[in-house]
Amino acid sequence: MRLAHQFAMESDLVTADMIEASEFPQLAMRHGVMGVPKTLVNDRPAADGMLPEGAFLDVILASAKVASS
Amino acid sequence: MALIQDTDKAKVREILGRMDQPVRLVNFTQELECQYCRETRQLLEEVAGFSDKLTLEVHDFLLEKAKAETYKVDKIPATVLIGEKDRGIRYYGIPAGYEFATLLEDIVMVSRGDSGLSLASRGKLAGLKDPLHLQVYVTPT
Repeated sequence: MRLAHQFAMESDLVTADMIEASEFPQLAMRHGVMGVPKTLVNDRPAADGMLPEGAFLDVILASAKVASS
Repeated sequence: MALIQDTDKAKVREILGRMDQPVRLVNFTQELECQYCRETRQLLEEVAGFSDKLTLEVHDFLLEKAKAETYKVDKIPATVLIGEKDRGIRYYGIPAGYEFATLLEDIVMVSRGDSGLSLASRGKLAGLKDPLHLQVYVTPT
């Protein structure tokens, strides 16, 4: 989770929410959360599980590109 | 009953001792508090007590709609970290368990104004052109 907040700290274009899945079960269900951590980029599923910094950022940037194309 | 255990207090004090500039913890709850709303507010009250560089602001999500909109908060319990400015760091739900450590480290990060990321990551993020909204689902254990 920290990485997402670090990305938000670094870039004015990034906002990052931690969402506690068990407190927001309907939202988690709508987003297809079966396991945690699960990361969405602009409301689309992007990453399951924990990744190292470089890999996590690459996955996020790649899914942002797909979403906007 | 305190949420932060006596055995953890020294560690919390040590981490928050690395703060530099003041940080505001902005919490949204409601008058009839849900269980986690109450616990989140209590946890933040306890955290704020560890450093005079920390202040806690509690808002009513239902009665202060304009405030919630300003912070783009759409559900509660919500916690926003504000340092020099709003960096887009939000917690929905109680930041407990592993996320408690995240909260403390985030407070220090916002206070010091440094993401701590690698040069490579900073470079990639500097190239961003469009807004990126990340939502990370977690559980407290």
